[in-house]
Order: sequence, then C-alpha cells, then structure tokens
Amino acid sequence: MKALVSLGASTLDRIAALGRATAILTGALFAKPTPMKSFPLVLKQIYVVGVQSLLIILVSGLFIGMVMALQAYTVLVSYGAEDSLGPMVALSLLRELGPVVTALLFAGRAGSALTAEIGLMKATEQLSSLEMMAIDPLRRVIAPRFWAGVISMPLLAIIFSTVGILGGHAVGVDWLGVDSGSYWSIMQATVEFNQDVVNGIIKSLVFAFVVTWIAVFKGYDAVPTSEGISKATTQTVVHSSLAILGLDFVLTALMFGTY
Amino acid sequence: MNDLVTIDNLHFSRGDRTIYEGISLNIPKGKTVAVMGPSGIGKTTLLRLIGGQLKPDSGDILFKGQSIPSMSRTSLYKARRQMSMLFQSGALFTDMSVFDNVAFPLREHTNLSESLIRLMVLMKLQSVGLRGAADLMPSELSGGMARRAALARAIALDPELILYDEPFAGQDPISMGVLVKLIKELNDALNLTSVVVTHDVTEVMSIADYVYILADKHIIGSGTPQEIKQSESELVQQFLHGQADGPVPFHFPANTLEDELLLTGGTK
Amino acid sequence: MNNRKVELFVGLFVALAIASMLVLAMKVADKGIAGNGETYNLHAKFDNIGGLKVRSAIKVGGVTVGRITNITLDADEFTPVVTLTISKEYDSFPETSSVSILTSGLLGEQYIGLQPGFSFDDESGILQDGDFIEDTKSALVLEDLIGQFLFSKSED
Repeated sequence: MKALVSLGASTLDRIAALGRATAILTGALFAKPTPMKSFPLVLKQIYVVGVQSLLIILVSGLFIGMVMALQAYTVLVSYGAEDSLGPMVALSLLRELGPVVTALLFAGRAGSALTAEIGLMKATEQLSSLEMMAIDPLRRVIAPRFWAGVISMPLLAIIFSTVGILGGHAVGVDWLGVDSGSYWSIMQATVEFNQDVVNGIIKSLVFAFVVTWIAVFKGYDAVPTSEGISKATTQTVVHSSLAILGLDFVLTALMFGTY
Repeated sequence: MNDLVTIDNLHFSRGDRTIYEGISLNIPKGKTVAVMGPSGIGKTTLLRLIGGQLKPDSGDILFKGQSIPSMSRTSLYKARRQMSMLFQSGALFTDMSVFDNVAFPLREHTNLSESLIRLMVLMKLQSVGLRGAADLMPSELSGGMARRAALARAIALDPELILYDEPFAGQDPISMGVLVKLIKELNDALNLTSVVVTHDVTEVMSIADYVYILADKHIIGSGTPQEIKQSESELVQQFLHGQADGPVPFHFPANTLEDELLLTGGTK
Repeated sequence: MNNRKVELFVGLFVALAIASMLVLAMKVADKGIAGNGETYNLHAKFDNIGGLKVRSAIKVGGVTVGRITNITLDADEFTPVVTLTISKEYDSFPETSSVSILTSGLLGEQYIGLQPGFSFDDESGILQDGDFIEDTKSALVLEDLIGQFLFSKSED
C-alpha cells in the first residue's frame, strides 16, 4: 500500500515536472523576440556550447573513425570485401555514430555545464534579480542557451562524421592499404545524400532539441543548493543519454527501418 | 496617496508552514522603513511578495494603489521597473564586469546611446565609490564592494522603491558603516523609498524612519525607532538587546530532556 | 573587444561545419545523381524483380544514370511495375531500349541495366516521361536456376 502511494506520488511529480519543463520551453521559444539584442547573446552561447565543444568532437570523431576502420577491415578482409570499408565507415558515422556520439558528448560537455551555470545563477539569486529588474529570465537566459544548443549540435555532428570518415581513410587507405579510389567511389555509390546525410542531420536536430531542453530545464528547476545543483547536473547527463538512445531507436526505425 | 506600498491583512504559507497570519503595514513615500525580526521568520519572503515573485494566499499588496498579486504579467513587469531589489548576495551577473552589470538594466530597458550609458554608469558607480573598480569582475570584489556594486545597479534606472534584503549581513564594521551611509544618502538624495529587511538592530535604528518588528507570523511592534526602544513588549526588548532566552526560547521545541534520555535508554 | 573574439571563433566554427557539409555532399555522397537535379520517370513491367529495391541503381554500360524510386504491383496483371527515375541529362533513349535486372558480382546488390536500342530516325521515337519500356528481362533467381538445372539433369 505504501509502495503504491509513493509510486503514485512520484508519477505525479514526474508529470508535474514535465509540465514545468513545457512551460519553460514555451516561455523561451515564444518569448518576445528582440533580434538586435538577442543575436549577440545567441552568438556568445554558440561560442560557449559549440566552439568550446569542438576539440572533444574533433578528437573523438577522428578516433572513432579510425577504430571503426580497423575493426571493420579485419572482418571485411576475410570475405575479400575490404573495398566496402568506405561505405561501412561512412554509413555508420552518418546514420548512427555521428548524431548519437555527438549528442552524448554534447550532453556531457555542454549540457552539464549549462545546467550547472543556470543552477548556480538561480542559487546566487541572479535569476530572481533579473525578474526584479523586469527582465524575463526565460528570454534573457534560457532562450539564447536553448537556441545555441539547437544550432550547435547538428553542426558538431556534421563535423564529427566528416572527421570520422577522414580518420577511416587514414587507417584504411594509408595504413591498411585499401585502394583510395575504391574507398571513395564505393562510398559515393552507396551513400545517398537525402537518405543518409540529411536523415543524420535530422536525428541530430532532434537530439539537440531534447538534450538542450533537458539541460536548461534541470538547471532552471534545480534546488538552489550545492547538493541540488550537483544532482541536477548528474540528472542532465543521465536523462539526456537515456533520451538520446531511446529516441535514436525510434528515429532509426522511422527513417531506415522500412526497407 | 501618501503610502507607496500598503500591505493589507496578508496571509502566506509555504507548504504546510504558515509564514504570515494577517500582517498589515504601510510604507510611506520617501521614507526608510525597516522590517526586523529573528532569522527564518520570512523577512525575505515579504520582499518577494512586494516584488510580485510570490503570490499571497489572501490579503492584498498595493503598490502606488495598484494590487500587485492581481496584476497581469505585463503590468507587473511595468511596476517592477519602478522598484528594485538589492539581494543578500548582491546577485551580480558573474559573467560580466562591474561596469556591464550596472549598465545592464540601462541596456535592456532603454535605447540610450553607448556613450550616454557610459556616463550614467560612471555616475552611479561614483555615488557608491566604485568608479575605480568598473573593469573588475564580480569575483574580484570583496563582499562589501559587491553589495555596493549591486546597489549601483539597483539605482541605475532611478527606481522609486528599493528593497534591501539583509544589506548588512556578514559585513565587517567598516563596510557596514559605508552601506548604512549609502542607504541613507541615496534615500535622501534621490528621494527614494527604502524598505530594509534586517536583523542588525543598531545599524538600522540609526537610519530608519519607521520600524516594524516581525515575529511568529505577526507584527509584534511598530513605530519610530524611539518608540520601539521604549516598547514594553518583552519580545521586542529581547530582540533589541539580543538576550538568549525570553519569549523566544533558547531551546527548539522538544520533549523534556528527562523523557528523551529515558526513552532512548529504554529502547536499548 | 571580447565580442570580436567570440564572433571570430563562431564564424570559424560555422565555416568548418559548412566545409564538412560540402565534403559530405561532394566527396561522400556524390550528390550528382538522383539528388535535386532534374529527372524524368520511365516505367517497366517485369515478371519477377528478385531482390531489386527502391533506390537501386540504373546503369547504362556501368554508368549510373538514375535510381529506382517506386516499386508497385499491377493490380490486374499481378506483375511488378518499377518506376525508373533517370537524370534529365540522359533523355534520349530510343523506344527500342531494353532493361534487365542484373546482379553486381555473385552476391552483390541488384541493379537495372538499361540497354539502349537502335534508333531509326523516322519510325521510332524517344522515351518520354511516363513511358513504359516494353522489352524487359526479369531477374535471375538463383533457386529457379538451380531448380531448372536439376530438372534438366534428371530428364537426361
């Protein structure tokens, strides 16, 4: 009986949290736009969440591409199909690894930072202070960060995939001796721009939306104590990662599952 | 209309905890009003209620004759431009310099040119004595300086009402003296109305025109500092003189010590 | 002063992303055919399409000229109808052309091979958008082939 009561209570808590998250999202999305003032803010946040995540994205992309080429080569070569290394690396990166790993790294690097920053602004009364200055914190603080996240992540995913494919080329062609011509040409014959590249970007956009939403919500909704902020930061990473992987399955089924 | 803010029979509770049970007070225009009381009594809550960040359960708060709790969001934001609040921590924006902090409300709410904003910011900083610190970041300021910088930001838009939340808490005597002087001077020079929430008795008594003492969900005393000092209420006297025991007991409510010791002894 | 740096880095970031996008479009996906270029559609009926799929390639002498964009079953005749989307660049195949379903390598994917027919200047025209290609050769289904082979062996 007690378990049932607490189950019900936590369910209600979750639904209420979803409601608050939606309120924050709509507040940020439909805030009265003031393009002259908000553009520099978005730009600054793209610098913080996008540019500062670039290094980890470049390095991870390169190594994932290289590892994948190495792994795939050992399997493919035993069927004499090492020419398919190109499409193998490219398709895995464009369809799955690019969007998914970028989103996971983004959640860990930028998402947690967003949550901590907003939570700390709440704890130090900066958000209240904005409200008392008759400035909507959703418009001034949340909206630029949200848009910066949504813009940055697909760009990072594109860069990640490209670097990965180049990394695969470095290992497959320069080291393992796959023919450079067939690496590219079979890749070109297999990869379809609309199907593979665009769908990957759409995936990434969806992840960007969800991860940034979770990050800003957790920060804005954090209990304004050191413990509350650390908990919110952890939750951002955990919830984002679960959301990314769950959504990835749904999106993959929708985009690539029908044939 | 002589009162800038009127609070009428205000009830407020947070969760199960009742914080106010029918308090009423007036804040006359151009005066410095102090609200004192023991810690944890919800003095900050009172400021947030005046600022419209919280809504009362019942009762009314009038700002310039308009009811704050029943305002629409737009008119509430309009009303807030005429008031400003100095938070306990200062609440400076940590990602910008002192100058940008003070310029912030001007940039957000006005379309003044950057050179004019610079002029105004430097004047505000001069009035709190921090013109030399304009380029420092908030993390480089001491607690007292941060509060002064926040004060400069609070007066940037020339508000009619300033709400001070514990302006003296945790300050050394010199900073405290500076802040007391500033609050008084600003109030007189800019013809502001100030509400100071604090538990630092001596400092605030020296600058307040009128004092309310809050305790146990009610207002237990009010009057000019002179009247308060002569108050016959035991509670007021305990608070003013900082006695350890009195109507506010030293012990947190609990079972008697004997019972508790016997009880734990018995279970072992 | 600080804004300048932010603008610069964000600009670089976006430029890098655009460059990556171009690499993906040009080098990886070879966005020449069946992309957004202009195309026209032909149809062909087969008895059996085997493992042919939407997006399979259409090749003329090994050069990809288009892709299959639709496969349906004719409700009256119960035969598969394949829609071939071919780039406008190659718009002068004679009506006598034939298509056959081929396999790249022994186990590779299947594609459509288009064999251009002879054009007799006066009599036959050129395949237009929406035309049917009459001359089709179905896919070779391995099981059928093995079945035929065994059958003919047993007759001997």
